[in-house]
Amino acid sequence: MSPETPLLQLEGISKQFGPVQALDRVDFAVGAGEVVGLVGDNGAGKSTLVKAIAGINSPDSGTIRFEGNEVSINRPQDAVALGIATVYQDLALCDNLDVVANLFLGRELGSSGVGVVSRQLDEVTMEHRTGELLSNLAVTIPSLRSEVGTLSGGQRQQVAVARSLLGEPKVVMLDEPTAALGVPQTKQVLELIRRLKDRGLGVVVISHNLADVFQVADRIFVLRLGRPSGDFRSSEVTEEHVVAAITGLGDGNNKQTGAPKEAPGEGAA
Amino acid sequence: MSTTPASAGPAGESTEEKVKLDAKAQVRRVIQGDLASVRVVFGLALIWIIFQVQEPRFLSDQNLTNLMLQITAIGLISVGIVYVLLLGEIDLSVGAVSGLCAAIMVVLNTQHGWDPYLSIAAAIAAGATIGCVQGFLFSRFDVPSFVVTLAGLLAWQGALLQVLGQTGTININDPKIVGLANIFYSDTVGWIMAAVVIVGYGLVAAYGFRKRVAAGLADSNPIPVIVRFVVIAVVTIVAVYVFNGDRGVPLAVLIFVAFVTGMEYVVKRTGFGRHVFAVGGGEEAARRAGIRVNGVKIAVFTIAGSMAAVGGIMAASRLLAVNQGSGGNELLLLAIAGPVIAGTSLFGGRGSVWTALLGAMVIGSISNGMDLLSLSSAIKYMVTGGVLLLAVLVDAIAKQQRQTRGRV
Repeated sequence: MSPETPLLQLEGISKQFGPVQALDRVDFAVGAGEVVGLVGDNGAGKSTLVKAIAGINSPDSGTIRFEGNEVSINRPQDAVALGIATVYQDLALCDNLDVVANLFLGRELGSSGVGVVSRQLDEVTMEHRTGELLSNLAVTIPSLRSEVGTLSGGQRQQVAVARSLLGEPKVVMLDEPTAALGVPQTKQVLELIRRLKDRGLGVVVISHNLADVFQVADRIFVLRLGRPSGDFRSSEVTEEHVVAAITGLGDGNNKQTGAPKEAPGEGAA
Repeated sequence: MSTTPASAGPAGESTEEKVKLDAKAQVRRVIQGDLASVRVVFGLALIWIIFQVQEPRFLSDQNLTNLMLQITAIGLISVGIVYVLLLGEIDLSVGAVSGLCAAIMVVLNTQHGWDPYLSIAAAIAAGATIGCVQGFLFSRFDVPSFVVTLAGLLAWQGALLQVLGQTGTININDPKIVGLANIFYSDTVGWIMAAVVIVGYGLVAAYGFRKRVAAGLADSNPIPVIVRFVVIAVVTIVAVYVFNGDRGVPLAVLIFVAFVTGMEYVVKRTGFGRHVFAVGGGEEAARRAGIRVNGVKIAVFTIAGSMAAVGGIMAASRLLAVNQGSGGNELLLLAIAGPVIAGTSLFGGRGSVWTALLGAMVIGSISNGMDLLSLSSAIKYMVTGGVLLLAVLVDAIAKQQRQTRGRV
């Protein structure tokens, strides 16, 4: 199933917001080169789980292990320092800046000069590295110097993902990467996710779109009302089972790991 | 520009090709990027032609030199305004600050016997402090910049009256301060400066181009670089020729152009400038990228206050006095109108410091030409207002087009 020591491993994570138990003793893991689809209904705790990993809301209890070592993630910087990158749904790109400027936003390379105001940007190196990174990822954009505001939704998503990779992370979490995208653009983004996997990254994809999840995810992790209600290998499960686990109907909730051996009607994907 | 789905097998096929710069898009980018300033240059040419037809003295060396001297004070204030506009904010206090700082300089110099340079430094420091405080109040308490600086406008006008005291007008006698707006360089010095500018620009442009080609980033077509160089060279030569036809290259214009060049460098080529654009274009994105947004805002308002002081000093030097009306009247509004007319967006995130120069030239030409034709102030204001309205409409339409064009 998952590799020997998962890259990122959470055990017994709980988080309470007032009277609401947002997460209740959740175990979750991502291995290197593995894509995990994180699914669940609205309010199931997907975002809370991602925010706990990203250091935005630290959990009330539970342990987080990164590469086998127990770590504490209290601030977003902690997560970034460990090598966990998060791409949020609103992408946080500056529309008036070009692709290169957005990729290096907040960590611009300076070439020479003294003082903050006089230090010249090293545009040549930044553009060069942007070009390399995007061509490695086979990202299609009209020009590195296009303003991000002129790009399509899929291209913007790809730029945002590429930006998260500049810090050389080991785990990338994507929040609804295919929401509001057309069919060809969704395909581009899914291909990009596969290339992240090929590079040996652990990828967590939050999505409402089960069809997209089935296309890229190796594993599908289902949350329901803050509790894990299913952890399936996507090749061994049908959409019906996942939906059952999401909604709590049917028998989905007693199949913690592994999948039904004699799942009827296999083949839909 | 719609997405290319890379339909069949996206695995192998040459990945470089996908990222390679599309030549057509490149050309479009050059045209669109420069379109705003090209538009303004045509507008300026049109204004000049109209006035020249009406009044043959308009394009004389003397009048053009006067025109440039008339716009330096406003233009210097506009340099700071450009930074504020890039954030998508506004600073209504710059006029009052310019008057107050000029008064501080004069009082220190004439009544307290301070060294002229020390007085100037104190005046600029006062402007910087005022800007810093306003920027802090605006960013820390999230009060609209409009309101903070409107309060500043009133308060600093009061402070100006206070500093001037009972006299109401203080004349400037110090030759160093008077010289700022009244020193002209000889023809030879003018040509030497032109040569330095042209050769210097040429070397920088050639070095930058070679570096990009060496890194494989630019196609080896040097024509755009050469065109830009020729334009700069011709403008420099014509300008020096015109100035020499009158009294020579004025120090005031040199100071103005130096500030424009320096501040343009800061905003386009440094990390700080990049952050100014980022905050203006997407504050939340900038914050998430780790940019200290409030720090950028305070720095920008500090720059605006400092440039207001510089402009005020220049205005005082030209007027040879500071009085109760210094920094008042339409100075503030014209200083904001200039960059907007020349293409700096009111919505933030788009523009350049060159628009301070170009916009001041447009406004100055209208004002100067109408003075030559002895038209009344009434008509002058109405025409300037019409030009500003036109410019803002063009900006708004450009923004709408961007929004419909973008996000396929």
